[in-house]
Amino acid sequence: MRFAAVALIALLSFAARAKETVRIAFIGPLTGGNSAIGLGGRNSADLAVRLRNADAKAKYTYDLVVLDDECKPDAGVQMATKAGSDRTIVGGVTNYCSVVAMAAVDTYHRFGLPVIVWGAVLPDITYKNDFKEVHRVNGTMINQNQTNAKFMSEHGYKNVAIIHDTTDYGKGHDKYFTQFFTQSGGKIAGDFGVTADQQDFTAELTQLKGLKPDALYFGGLTPIGVRIRAQMDKLGLGVQFDGTSGIVNDDFIKALGPNAEGALAFREGAPAEKLAHGKEFLEQYNKQGYTQPPEAYGPFAYAAAVLLMDAIEKAGPDRKKIIAQLSPAHVKDVESIVGKITFDDHGQNTVPVITKYVVQDGKWVMWEDSEYASGKRKLAK
Amino acid sequence: MALLGQYAMNGAMLGMMYALVAVGFTLFFGVLDVIQFSHGDVVAAGAFAGLLAYAALSFFGVHAPGVLLLAVILAAALATIVVGVLVARFLVLPIKGAPQLNVLLVTLMMGTVVRECIRLFFPNGSQPQRFPALLPSSGWNLGAFYLRFDNVILLTCGGLLIAATHLLITRTRLGLAIRAVAQDEETARTMGIDFKRVVLVTFALGSVLAAFAGVMDGLYYNEVFFGMGLLLGVIGFAAAILGGLGNLYGAIVGGFLFAALQTVGAVALPFASAYKDVFAFGVVIVLMAVRPTGLIGERVSERV
Repeated sequence: MRFAAVALIALLSFAARAKETVRIAFIGPLTGGNSAIGLGGRNSADLAVRLRNADAKAKYTYDLVVLDDECKPDAGVQMATKAGSDRTIVGGVTNYCSVVAMAAVDTYHRFGLPVIVWGAVLPDITYKNDFKEVHRVNGTMINQNQTNAKFMSEHGYKNVAIIHDTTDYGKGHDKYFTQFFTQSGGKIAGDFGVTADQQDFTAELTQLKGLKPDALYFGGLTPIGVRIRAQMDKLGLGVQFDGTSGIVNDDFIKALGPNAEGALAFREGAPAEKLAHGKEFLEQYNKQGYTQPPEAYGPFAYAAAVLLMDAIEKAGPDRKKIIAQLSPAHVKDVESIVGKITFDDHGQNTVPVITKYVVQDGKWVMWEDSEYASGKRKLAK
Repeated sequence: MALLGQYAMNGAMLGMMYALVAVGFTLFFGVLDVIQFSHGDVVAAGAFAGLLAYAALSFFGVHAPGVLLLAVILAAALATIVVGVLVARFLVLPIKGAPQLNVLLVTLMMGTVVRECIRLFFPNGSQPQRFPALLPSSGWNLGAFYLRFDNVILLTCGGLLIAATHLLITRTRLGLAIRAVAQDEETARTMGIDFKRVVLVTFALGSVLAAFAGVMDGLYYNEVFFGMGLLLGVIGFAAAILGGLGNLYGAIVGGFLFAALQTVGAVALPFASAYKDVFAFGVVIVLMAVRPTGLIGERVSERV
């Protein structure tokens, strides 16, 4: 009896001292063709939560609720509903796939759930609606295609053929690349829309070959990017392959092997190891013993989770207050591992940095550091 | 002209794969009047079994392409025979008397099981997997037409395989038994034909063709994917129906016709090539309406 009483008192006093637990959601593609990026993002958000929980100064203990959107709009809306309707979840770090983010923003808005997008690049996600709930730490495809088009023109590519998937994501890339490339005096040799799960591209590529472009621009994600690049080889189409942020991941190289060599791609932000605090991030990440690498968008997921938790620390675990805390008035030149974060009226981070990548010896290498830039190797013509 | 040659070659490769799958559908329908809807996923199982064999042999230091290729094909064939025969023995035969819809549903579900097993148990199975190039990758560049040796080899082998199947069915005692069962099960039984054995052998035969389709797919695209069988199954089935279910020639014609429709849909039509499947399946629907029994229908009463 006496023991029980002591135990009870001990328990009560522990409960009094223990911090309140706050739940935040992570939503991303954890299965399917884009799961490598999703798992890297999840690990990075998880790392942010672990580090915060280890910090004695933090007011709350955080619990990361991980949800899989499968890179499919229907699953994405389901997960958004799940997170939104669960009142114990006060905010989210959400979505890599643009189509999914686009489908889910209405749901976030309806439930008043503050979210920070960590990877999707379609401009409409933040700009189409005036949803105060939706924010984004990474840049949009407008910036990356501007850089891409400029790069291609500067390197003497005048006549580029486009293959893009017919989702909002692929169509967006197609639109902005075409716009910027023609502005800088280039010509679009041909423009092919393909379905996002297509297997055979030989018909499109054969037609494209007849148009004699000097490069192929691909606006889409890794799975079909891999197929298109492999089938180019089968048809003896040796032109330069120019991709978007959608293919910057290790799977692209793993699935293609030597065929990946020389592929170009562009992405918002700078690689982790080039960032001020990027080294620390990678060190901490490796210490946790995750089985998957953080991939290209891991740092963004990390930065988004940190930003969200900072807002919760200041405003308390209340959705409305968090949204107010994430308004442009409060998020201005905030230091993060992906550089300074400043939200505009649409909750969009106005990061100007775009990094150029090229595949060299089975790795995505920053253009400036590559042997292609130094002239030792040459891009295809 | 050279461009046209390239289109023809692309279409022929697709057509050969579709035909190999379609022949399987048609064989199964011939002997048992059932539709084996997991057939597409059997193709995927074959491709992945081949990939496993390749990985295992490479691990033990075997690098001769010929040996590897042989091992890949054997492993693929073995895996598909096992899956195909198990499906026939434990799913299809026991409910033979039930409405056809039941068989269709059961095999459809079996397909999902096979597909998900590949995804879950193959290392990193949700991702597209790199399939090794085991055939010579050189070729002749004839202007816009790039003729590759590996394509020629694959086409020739596919053609030989279909021819061999045809000979097996028309010229051998086993073929005679298969045809007898296809024609009339009861009579075949009274003539002393082991019905069950013939059915199992037919499923094994169809599955071997699927294995080759899977390996061909892998070698052609250098990439395999756990869900590759889904569309391949639907297209193979559509091709078999188009040609006339139960008719071997019909399946071949249907396979090549579907590939031709897809190529035309992607190339010659004014709208975006994303609609090529819409176009191809649309034409299939129209053709089905015009000729419900298929292009080479049952009027050639000899099935299989």
